[in-house]
Amino acid sequence: MAFLELKNVSKSFDGHSVLSNVNLSIAEGEFVAIVGYSGQGKTTLISLIAGLTKPDSGEVTLEGKVVSGPGPDRGLVFQNYSLLPWLTVYENIALAVDQVFADWDAAKRQAHVEKYIAMVKLSHAKDRLPKQLSGGMRQRVSVARTLAIQPRILLLDEPLGALDALTRATLQDEIGGICQSEGKTVILITNSVDEALLLADRIIPLTIGPGATLGESVPVNLARPRDRAGLNHDPEFKRLRALVTNQLLGFNAARQTSITRKLILPNILPENLDAPRVNRPPRRIGEEKDETLTVA
Amino acid sequence: MNKFKFDWLILPIIGVVIVLLTWHGLAGRKVFKLTDTVTKEDLSALVIALPEGAAQWNAVAAQLKNKQIEAATATSLPPAVWTAVKDSYEEIRVGPIPDLPNVAETWISSLPYMKEPFAKRGEMDQGILRFTWYSLVLVSKGYAIALLIGVPIGFFLGLSPTFTKMFDPLIQVLRPVSPLAWLPLGLILFMRAGPEAGTYAALFTIALCGMWPTVLNTAVGVRAVPQDYLNVGRVLKLSRWKMLTKILIPATLPYMFTGFRLSLGICWLAIVAAEMLTGRPGAGGFLWQEYNALIYEHIIFSILVIGVVGLILDRLMSLIEARFKAIS
Ligand SMILES: Nc1ncnc2c1ncn2[C@@H]1O[C@H](COP(=O)(O)OP(=O)(O)OP(=O)(O)O)[C@@H](O)[C@H]1O
Ligand SMILES: [Mg+2]
Repeated sequence: MAFLELKNVSKSFDGHSVLSNVNLSIAEGEFVAIVGYSGQGKTTLISLIAGLTKPDSGEVTLEGKVVSGPGPDRGLVFQNYSLLPWLTVYENIALAVDQVFADWDAAKRQAHVEKYIAMVKLSHAKDRLPKQLSGGMRQRVSVARTLAIQPRILLLDEPLGALDALTRATLQDEIGGICQSEGKTVILITNSVDEALLLADRIIPLTIGPGATLGESVPVNLARPRDRAGLNHDPEFKRLRALVTNQLLGFNAARQTSITRKLILPNILPENLDAPRVNRPPRRIGEEKDETLTVA
Repeated sequence: MNKFKFDWLILPIIGVVIVLLTWHGLAGRKVFKLTDTVTKEDLSALVIALPEGAAQWNAVAAQLKNKQIEAATATSLPPAVWTAVKDSYEEIRVGPIPDLPNVAETWISSLPYMKEPFAKRGEMDQGILRFTWYSLVLVSKGYAIALLIGVPIGFFLGLSPTFTKMFDPLIQVLRPVSPLAWLPLGLILFMRAGPEAGTYAALFTIALCGMWPTVLNTAVGVRAVPQDYLNVGRVLKLSRWKMLTKILIPATLPYMFTGFRLSLGICWLAIVAAEMLTGRPGAGGFLWQEYNALIYEHIIFSILVIGVVGLILDRLMSLIEARFKAIS
């Protein structure tokens, strides 16, 4: 029996179908990455699994039990961090820990919070408010808060989407390492094929909406630990990347249309600063140009 | 304008000076007018009758030649001369608005109240800070009631669309009603409460007028709590109580404090009306009493005091509000 299972799940908002007939089955301990274009329902999918939204039809089951609402057994790392701005790093994590492990004594809970703050290397910043943290630090707090409640399954919604490439690489390694050592079941939502290949056991592309659904899954049989620099030259890595990328591009090509529109260039030229300042009219040009765009 | 480092000080001072000058120009002043029945000859006869009268008359003749003399001129005359001629003059007020006290009169007349701000000379004759203190005590009670009632109503409005549909129209109707209109109703409600009826009516008025900004801002704040914060609570399965105390209230606080600040301003408006109608000692009661006693200088003084106290209260609340705004 699958650990997490989605059966014919559909969801629409205000009559617009976002997801239709999504089927997914994940084994315990598996790390699955779902890649897809922006706005195609990735967050919707993860909210359905988290129980924050209810499917219109179909059902989500975790260990055979139908998911009817949110709960701490499915730890969600929100796309936009969702730290509470009036609580410090410590307090944000403690709020979660105190709630989920209410039966532990205070000292044990405190040690637990400290442990997870240390795990994401933020011990020096534990008394800071979220607004005093960089984007990457906030994301780490968010990951620590979710890991600290020790969920059965970890749901990561584009956890690194808003970060610069360098921070992103560092955090990929950190998250990869932590998930590996904790042996968790993970669903990672991402828009980066490289990130998915680096971290996941299996990649599932999300097709393009309306009515998006999951495409054919691609197993990633790359040896762990995966080394970012080494992977780039690995032929299997290259093959998988081309496969997934082409799959995604294929969804897009199927719906490509092209339109021609008239472009009017800004009617202004750089100013000549050497000219005398008085009564200098702006220099203007009038130029039009046709441009052909392909739109998704 | 950036050149002046003290813009924030100089420009307001210029503004105040302009207003003071306008006020002074419009206000009346005290002068002495020769009674119609008295002639120049009668005046000189009165002065010449004094010892060394002829010399005295020569000295003051120029100053007394007009039918009307300024108060300052009168005091500059030799006391003996003024005493002799005083009864021939009557005191009148002149100016664009003769009965409006001018700046100097207001200042001099108000000094005793400022010099001894805590003096208690009688029920309605006390130092200005003592009066202000009475008003502040009453306002803080009314304000506390306003907040205690207003915050929960605001939360209900923010959380329940049904509740909003039920009561929002009513709130919109009651909100613009002036304190002057509520007070008589308050007096009727507490008519049988004995000697304290006036106090209860005042508290009723202050609380009722002051709570609306808190109610409405709290409601807006609750509706504006980001869904993500609530989702954090839902994933953790927080109880309703924890959801309220750990997420809803902290997320709403900045809005609530905007409401608190506006409410305090309205409570302070209402106190003056309440004191005027109930005749309680306080900043507003003092104003009304001095109007009845025809001491118009004190009316202007009271207005200024009420304004300054209101400003200080508002500034204090802004400071607290800013602290909460800074966090989220
Ligand atoms: N609560 C909602 N009400 C109405 N429409 C919604 C709601 N949530 C999502 N949608 C719509 O569903 C579609 C998918 O949104 P979703 O947030 O799941 O996309 P996404 O794949 O997570 O995008 P991104 O990569 O930008 O995060 C969008 O067109 C969005 O407008
Ligand atoms: Mg999303």
